[in-house]
Amino acid sequence: MSLAELICPAGTPAALRTAVDAGADAVYCGFQNATNARNFPGLNFTPQELRESVAYAHARNAKVLLALNTYPPAGKTDLWWQAADIGAGLGVDAFIIADMGVAHYLAQNHPGIRLHLSVQAAASSPEAIRYYCQHFGVKRVVLPRILTIPEIREIRKEIPCEIETFIFGNHGLMVEGRCSLTSYLTGKSTNMDGVCSPAADVEYKRHEDGSMSSQLGGFTIDCFRCDEKAGYPTICKGRYAAPHRREGYYAFEEPVSLNLSRLLPELIDAGVHAFKIEGRQRSKSYVRGVVSAFRRAVDDIRAGRPANMADLVALTEGQKQTHGAFETKKWR
Amino acid sequence: MAVNEMAKLTLGPIAYHWSAEERRDFYFRIADEAPVDEVYLGEVICSKRAPFHEADLPTLIERLEQAGKTVILSTLAEVMLKRERKATAEIASMDTPEIEINNAAGLYERAGRPHRVGPFMNAYNEATIAWMAGQGATHVSLPCELPASAIRVAAQSAKDLGIGAEVQVFGRASLAVSARCYHARAHGRTKDNCQFVCEQDRDGMPLRTTDDRPILRVNGIQTQSESYVDLLPELDRLVADGVTHLRLMPQAVDMVSVAAVFHSVLRGAIAVDEAEAMLRGICGEVAFSNGYYYGEAGYRRVASAASS
Repeated sequence: MSLAELICPAGTPAALRTAVDAGADAVYCGFQNATNARNFPGLNFTPQELRESVAYAHARNAKVLLALNTYPPAGKTDLWWQAADIGAGLGVDAFIIADMGVAHYLAQNHPGIRLHLSVQAAASSPEAIRYYCQHFGVKRVVLPRILTIPEIREIRKEIPCEIETFIFGNHGLMVEGRCSLTSYLTGKSTNMDGVCSPAADVEYKRHEDGSMSSQLGGFTIDCFRCDEKAGYPTICKGRYAAPHRREGYYAFEEPVSLNLSRLLPELIDAGVHAFKIEGRQRSKSYVRGVVSAFRRAVDDIRAGRPANMADLVALTEGQKQTHGAFETKKWR
Repeated sequence: MAVNEMAKLTLGPIAYHWSAEERRDFYFRIADEAPVDEVYLGEVICSKRAPFHEADLPTLIERLEQAGKTVILSTLAEVMLKRERKATAEIASMDTPEIEINNAAGLYERAGRPHRVGPFMNAYNEATIAWMAGQGATHVSLPCELPASAIRVAAQSAKDLGIGAEVQVFGRASLAVSARCYHARAHGRTKDNCQFVCEQDRDGMPLRTTDDRPILRVNGIQTQSESYVDLLPELDRLVADGVTHLRLMPQAVDMVSVAAVFHSVLRGAIAVDEAEAMLRGICGEVAFSNGYYYGEAGYRRVASAASS
């Protein structure tokens, strides 16, 4: 069992090659449809691209994990079965799944294929994780981004599978796989369609006083003064007013991104097997920068050398970053 | 509208932090006056609230059962801490099949014995429903965002498997849960030091956009829709499509009257237009929505052919 694997995002075949060349132990990707949770325009793989990408990765000793981690709506499951069959035929190293029907389909039709439990399954207790291990033979769980390191250490002792945690990138606030905020405002569902704040429903409006508001589905998610940089309108990072907060505040979270680089040694010590970098929607140069910096850090820690954390911290320099839930219960 | 005595009206668990006294009064009145067949009890949102009212559960169960209601105990949606795991395991170990499981931790503890699957379990499709039925599910609550086309297929598969299928037809939709308490955050506190500020908002804490448009409601770790789901005009189609249970979620309005309106429409005693006007009178200014049913943005109110 290899410790501290680096799991890297690939939104395109070029990004996949970049991540592999930069030292990814595994890359994760999806098909160009609703079967994965980053169903964004211009992203993801055709079956032919995936075939070539698997060959590229395997030739360089890297694994390819296929995200099949959305929830098929009743009557439309065929698209998911098709993706499962194609992926298995192309020799992907594991499927990342969330829906019990999808897990059961893979376990039945492609026995022996490795299953990872997606963060979208929201398994945040040893019992929930064991349920998926027991019934579908899940070999690894991607933990929700809501646990502290001591809690992860405890869970590790009580489950029969490996643990993967997010370490860097976008920081979702809601329990993943249990969030219908996007569909409430746009009609497109994170769980069923694989989208979150879809670009087609986003608008920026300039006001007379020079301020700018960002909107989703016609609802104002945030408003920025002229001297502020307008952010992307994600509902859980929006600014709203409450009865005793009339001035408006970030009701759920500030627009920050997750950077756990400083906690890396502790997470390895807690028994985390794999670290996931978020960002299939990111550019090649972003992937190259982040993956190579984490590669160096993980190798240093594994070899008992002091890691150069400054490189990692610098990746988000100028942006707000957070340790999220991992460092202290006070986050909750 | 066709008379349908088969579909059952249910009352979902109270999502908010209502006081023990309010809960007693509420359920006593439901027992005596509300034409609902089944009542879900228990704390689903926040494990910190449970100690305030769980001592009353045996009394409430007895009172509701004496009134002829089926009572189902619901488990927490989010299970992470020791006390949450314990609370889930306790309900899952009960002999009665009338428990509603809202987290996979509960499914693990239940180990295949009969149970209901709650709305937080993501029973989105026929394959998942078949899997769940094979593991002891006698009933599934469908996710609030499923459109009519998927509800039809899901309900039909439940019917073929001989299990119940439930859809929420009234009240705020649960849109998200989190590990973080947004009530506490709004008051500059943390979840561990929340001092139960959520008790101030009996119908959730309203959030408005910065240009003053109502958008969401905060209920502790849960985020709800601002609008009340109202599927009165769609009731007969839901029943025709095989939905066996129709859920009313408790809001801070006269729920006995709400239940009476839905019951009257189900029995074919009043027309939908008349019922809609009555529901509007009971609920006041709040927005009604049915967008999810039509595959549109959930907050939308789509004019229904059946209501004309």
